[in-house]
Amino acid sequence: MRYAMAVDTKKCVGCSDCVVACQTENNVPIGYCRDWIVEVVDGTYPQLELELRSERCNHCDNAPCVRCCPTGASHILEGGFVMVTPEKCIGCGACITSCPYDARYPHPDGYVDKCTFCMHRVKKGQLPACVATCPTKCMYFGDLDDPTSAVSMVLKTRKHKTLIPEAGTKPQLYFLI
Amino acid sequence: MREELIISGRMNASIDPQLTIWAWEIPLYLFLGGLAAGILFFAGLYTILGKEKEFPSAIEKTPMVVPFLLVIGLLALFADLNHKMYFWRLYTTIRLESPMSWGAWVLMVVTPVSFIWAAIHLKKSFPKWKWPYAWLDTTEAFFISHKKILAWIMVIYSLILGIYTGILFSAFNARPLWNTSILGPLFLTSGLSTGAALNIIMAKSQKERHSFSKIDLMLIGIELFLIIHIFMGFLASTQVQIDAANLFLGGPYTAPFWILVVFFGMILPGILEFLELRNYKIPVLIPALLVIAGGLLFRFIWTFAGQASRWLY
Repeated sequence: MRYAMAVDTKKCVGCSDCVVACQTENNVPIGYCRDWIVEVVDGTYPQLELELRSERCNHCDNAPCVRCCPTGASHILEGGFVMVTPEKCIGCGACITSCPYDARYPHPDGYVDKCTFCMHRVKKGQLPACVATCPTKCMYFGDLDDPTSAVSMVLKTRKHKTLIPEAGTKPQLYFLI
Repeated sequence: MREELIISGRMNASIDPQLTIWAWEIPLYLFLGGLAAGILFFAGLYTILGKEKEFPSAIEKTPMVVPFLLVIGLLALFADLNHKMYFWRLYTTIRLESPMSWGAWVLMVVTPVSFIWAAIHLKKSFPKWKWPYAWLDTTEAFFISHKKILAWIMVIYSLILGIYTGILFSAFNARPLWNTSILGPLFLTSGLSTGAALNIIMAKSQKERHSFSKIDLMLIGIELFLIIHIFMGFLASTQVQIDAANLFLGGPYTAPFWILVVFFGMILPGILEFLELRNYKIPVLIPALLVIAGGLLFRFIWTFAGQASRWLY
């Protein structure tokens, strides 16, 4: 089992509904976010290209945050969820420093917080809050080992990329381009 | 001109617009740990070599400050933690993949050893010192008779303490400035150099002082070589590491690093130590303090600049 997410950059309109859905679902402290929108404008006027991406933790296969954690608070669960156990986290900041995507943040309560791929929802057979909310249905979630899952199907047919694969993290958040 | 403009909706405190998760606590600890490692290394080394007569200050006097350095360093580390009440979690597991984990365990050995070493030499500095309980006298006698073993532990563990801080940084590939294996040896050399500098200040005899001046000169030479080596490596590497190097080659850290750390913290004290060895009248306190201040500033600059270096995507 290997959960992954794909975001269609051609369908995303950058409305930030996913951000608000996550903040509500996961009780994210005010002023912080576990997912966010990035707008990239590329080119020379008037030949400009705009890419909109809904970004979050990449739930990497080779997660540097898990490797550098001195207490084992950062760990990977069956299915590839990269998680933090608050009762084991000392708040040293090593994982925050180790993430090339800067996907983690220090929770005001002291421990380190991040996207969980809404594991609590996925375990119940639901989609992550961001995916379920998206008004343009630009996000796909599912098991990569299941060839009929939404994410497997869309990755089979669409050209896609991951963010800085050269960082060696084997990210599992795909962007359809 | 073709341009890429990236706008992010994320504004998490301590992360955006630039990573600032590690403030003064970490570089202060890195400096104190390196200095402590340097002092313990020389004390252990000269004890093993049986040179107690030639290096009385390095073996008996200077290590007295190490417990203080380590305690202040540990307090700084504790101050850095955001989830303080769970700090003991460091000691419920050993994670070999995490340099921070083995650093925590190394400190668990080095700190008590530094206390024991200072305690068994207390009477050398304070001849009237008396232990309040008899069992402390027997404990002292036990450790004095096993001094060589303590010295071996000190040499080995001080080297690990000195090098692990650099390895800790170099293990973060997300921060291109830190992601170089030269950093371990560079931090170790810098720590040994500050240790030698403190020994120059503490030395009573001219012979011991000159020995440490020579050692420090050699260490400064190695440091300068490693710094050139690090930048050569960056400039021959990928764009992210070229960008990291450019923070120091025209970027915001250029003047503080090359003028304060490299010139005032290495080249100038090196020249002064060299002239002093040639019997010019130079108060050795000046080059020694410059080396120590340079070592402290180096850790601060490298910690902050490293957090400013990143992948852009």
